[in-house]
Amino acid sequence: MSDNSSNDAYWKANVRIILISLVIWALVSFGFGILLRPMLAGISVGGSDLGFWFAQQGSILVFLALIFNYAWQMNKLDIAHGVDEE
Amino acid sequence: MSQFAINLLFVGASFALYIGIAIWARAGSTSEFYAAGRGVHPVTNGMATAADWMSAASFISMAGLIAFTGYDNSSFLMGWTGGYVLLALLLAPYLRKFGKFTVSEFIGDRFYSPTARIVAVVCLIVASTTYVIGQMTGVGVAFGRFLEVSNTAGLLIGACVVFAYAVFGGMKGVTYTQVAQYCVLITAYTIPAVFISLQLTGTPIPALGLFGDHVASGEPLLAKLDAVVTDLGFKEYTAHHADTLNMVLFTLSLMIGTAGLPHVIMRFFTVPKVSDARWSAGWTLVFIALLYLTAPAVGAMARLNISELMWPNGGISGEAVTTEQIANDPEYDWMATWQKTGLLDWEDKNGDGKIQFYNDKNEDLQAMAAEKGWEGNELTKFNRDILVLANPEIANLPSWVIGLVAAGGLAAALSTAAGLLLAISSAVSHDLIKGAINPNISEKGELLSARIAMAVAIAVATWLGLNPPGFAAQTVALAFGLAAASIFPALMMGIFSTKINNTGAVAGMLAGLVVTLIYIFLHKGWLFIPGTNSFTDADPLLGTIKSTSFGAIGAAVNFAVAYIVAGMTKETPAEIKALVESVRVPRGAGAAQDH
Repeated sequence: MSDNSSNDAYWKANVRIILISLVIWALVSFGFGILLRPMLAGISVGGSDLGFWFAQQGSILVFLALIFNYAWQMNKLDIAHGVDEE
Repeated sequence: MSQFAINLLFVGASFALYIGIAIWARAGSTSEFYAAGRGVHPVTNGMATAADWMSAASFISMAGLIAFTGYDNSSFLMGWTGGYVLLALLLAPYLRKFGKFTVSEFIGDRFYSPTARIVAVVCLIVASTTYVIGQMTGVGVAFGRFLEVSNTAGLLIGACVVFAYAVFGGMKGVTYTQVAQYCVLITAYTIPAVFISLQLTGTPIPALGLFGDHVASGEPLLAKLDAVVTDLGFKEYTAHHADTLNMVLFTLSLMIGTAGLPHVIMRFFTVPKVSDARWSAGWTLVFIALLYLTAPAVGAMARLNISELMWPNGGISGEAVTTEQIANDPEYDWMATWQKTGLLDWEDKNGDGKIQFYNDKNEDLQAMAAEKGWEGNELTKFNRDILVLANPEIANLPSWVIGLVAAGGLAAALSTAAGLLLAISSAVSHDLIKGAINPNISEKGELLSARIAMAVAIAVATWLGLNPPGFAAQTVALAFGLAAASIFPALMMGIFSTKINNTGAVAGMLAGLVVTLIYIFLHKGWLFIPGTNSFTDADPLLGTIKSTSFGAIGAAVNFAVAYIVAGMTKETPAEIKALVESVRVPRGAGAAQDH
């Protein structure tokens, strides 16, 4: 609480990581999995197309990567801004 | 050994394990009862949360939901996993930092409003109670099928086991039993799937098999499946048939609803640190993904298996399976077994000694049927839940696998039921009794009231499981709708905006809640009373938006109303802004532990 400007910078950096992550989150599920599927129809994956793969498997794998990446980046950010847990 | 003895052995052994854990993990303080003393390792918590979240619906119904609809039901896969991204990025770390015991307590403190807390408690109790009915009926059904006892006796046995570890162990007992239950359920789900994947595609990993080649025909599995189901007059499996807008909103509603379910959120209060809460959300999704990546493979492979069993001689242009084959061929024994449960039935309508299975609503097939003298689809009943439960029998797997699936289904239902009951009992003892009725209650008194609340919750859930209201199946939409429209937005705004004040939050929650309830009731009947609905989900009020997809719109209404009302009323006090600031940074979470 002592250093408000540093806390502000920390929070802004956090919100930025969240926004980027959520763009990817929406792109792979609502985008590749549903709305953009017709555009990916040409790329075949094992008897179907890339959109079908994203809807049934790909989005889940990307979600996993997003959460672990967030945890890793935030733990680094905590230390950089001196707000990590002792 | 008979199948009954094997099932009894597996279920009995798993129950003995749960009771053993109950004796070992007794809760001695409210911190242990509500949050397992905040000493749970993030990976352990991930496993427990996966079991907490994956209910009878995930274990038993999801593969069937996907098998019979194909691509269009991918919403369940993306929605029920994508919610964890929201939970991990937007809620879990901050709520852990806040360091209290219930979701409603955060809402009450952050919005400095007992009213907000009560609204949250009501949403929590309604959502969790409706959700628990399905789990309890699931326990009864699984017992009835596998252990040849009545549904009632099965349900009572299940309730006694939950009582043993939830009343004495609280969150601590529930956590460690959920870890054991996760191990049982994932083994039970994976083993039959591996066998079937090997049989059909030659790869032991079902998720790869789904996109691999079908051994018998040499074609890609999904191409083969598309060909087989379209031959039978059904829609192409991998194609997009559903309304796109509704599919997007339904997926989003499931995501927001998942992130807002209190029994899931509160599991993240049990880890020691904020950074652990972040990792733990990732581990949770790892353990969920192990089942969710397998489920679509199980669905597709089972659908192909069944279609080929019904048309064993060269597909629909060949000959259908004969009633004699069904009666005598061991490959078809499962049909008689499941006919007894009423979930499967067939009838030789045209008396030709064969059972023709096809889509009799398809015009091309009607023409073909007229030519061949068929009188409609003769596989008259096929409950989608059979897919997972009967899968080992359909694929001719050894009888111990069937025993394992019985134990797995029960583990899935019991672990979710215990998590929900814990959410209900802590809301009653911590938010209502300590928070509103008797704030001066002693630690011992609160622990006792938490145990009594748990016992009462189990009794009520058991009663509801024995006498399920006719609308039981509809209420899952209600649970997700309430979580999405009221709880998730309130939590998110509480963390990410200092502008939202008490009036704004309460107005937003009530607005989200009311529009969602009205929309659901307009389509499903007022209080789910049949015949009182003005619309149906086949022809909904707003374009193509079904009542199950409305949660996301309810959430948007909540956000909008909260911002508008907060802008017109008194600013958030400085001390609350300081609270929000402190929730946003991890440092100091250790101190919050011993409040």
